[in-house]
Amino acid sequence: MHIPDGYLGPATCGFFYVIMLPIWAVASKIVKKTLSAKQVPMLAIGAAFSFVIMMFNVPIPGGTTGHAVGGVLAAILLGPWAACIAITVALVIQALLFGDGGITAIGANCFNMAFILPFVGYYVYKAISHNTPVDSKRRVIAAGVAGYTGINLAAFLAGVEFGLQPLLHHTAGGQSLYCPYGLKVAVTVMLGEHLLIFGWVEAIVTALAIKYLQKHSGDLLAERKVKL
Amino acid sequence: MKLITKLWLGLGVLIILSPLGLLLPEYFKAGAAWGEWGVDEIQTLAGYIPKGLEKLSSLWSAPIPDYAFKGWEEKPLVNLSLAYVSSAVLGVLVCIGVVFILGKFLSKK
Repeated sequence: MHIPDGYLGPATCGFFYVIMLPIWAVASKIVKKTLSAKQVPMLAIGAAFSFVIMMFNVPIPGGTTGHAVGGVLAAILLGPWAACIAITVALVIQALLFGDGGITAIGANCFNMAFILPFVGYYVYKAISHNTPVDSKRRVIAAGVAGYTGINLAAFLAGVEFGLQPLLHHTAGGQSLYCPYGLKVAVTVMLGEHLLIFGWVEAIVTALAIKYLQKHSGDLLAERKVKL
Repeated sequence: MKLITKLWLGLGVLIILSPLGLLLPEYFKAGAAWGEWGVDEIQTLAGYIPKGLEKLSSLWSAPIPDYAFKGWEEKPLVNLSLAYVSSAVLGVLVCIGVVFILGKFLSKK
C-alpha cells in the first residue's frame, strides 16, 4: 500500500500534504498534552513495531504481495493520535531510507496508513469492546474486526487515489500520465486483495497481540491509563 | 520480566524473522505489490510507460532501495536476507531515535 513516486500526479500529492499538515499539527498538540516522558519508549516501540511488521510481505502465490501495518494495534495501545505520529515516523523512514513509498506520496500514504487506518481501527475497537472487562474475549474479537476494517478502508482509499489518476491527468491520446489504471481496476484490486488476504493478516496480528497483552499486562488495555 | 523488556525482545525476534518477508514471496513466485512496480514492469503490464510517472519515479534515490544494498540486486538470497535483516535493524534504530528526539518536544514535563 506504499504508493511510490510517479503514481500520483502533483495535484493529488499536494492535496494530501495539505490535508496531513493540520492532522500532524493536531496530533503533536494532543500528544504533547497527554504523553508522559515515561510513555516515550512505548511510542518508540509502536513506531519500530509498525516499521518492521510492514517488512513481512505476505505473498499471493504467483501474484502480488502485501503486508499488515500494525497501526490498529498501535492505536488501541497508544490512542489514535499518538499512533498517527508513530506510523508517520515509520512511513517517512521507509520512504527516505528505503525507497518504500514515494517522497511525493508521503502525504497520501500517511493519510491512508497513519490517519485513516489507526482512527477507524481505534473507534471500531472502542465501539465493540465498550464497557467490557479488560480480559474479555470480546476485546480480542474487537481487535481483529478493528484491524480488518482499518486496513481495508486504507486500501480502498489507496485504490481511489491510484484510480483517479487517469481521470485527472492524461494525454490527448488517452494515456495516463501517472498510475495507468482507472478506478474500477485499482479499487477492485486494492480492496479485493486486502479483503481476501492482507486484511486477515492485520486482523490476526492485532487480535493475537491483544490476547497476549490480556494475559501479561491487562493494565495496558485499561481505559484510562493509556488514553493519549 | 517487565512488559516493556518483553516488547523490546519481541521487536528483536521480529527483526530476526524479517527475511521471511523476502523469502516467502520469492518461494511462492509473487511479484511486487500492486501499484509498486518499476518502470519496466509497467511497460509490460500497461503497454506503455506513463510520461509523468517516468519523470517522477526517479525523483528520489534512496540509500538502501527496497531494503537491499545497492549493487546487490543479483546476489544470492542469503546475501539479500542479510541486507534485509540489516535494513530492519537500521530502520528500527532510526525509528526509535526519531521518536526519542520527538518525545523530547512532545511529552509533558
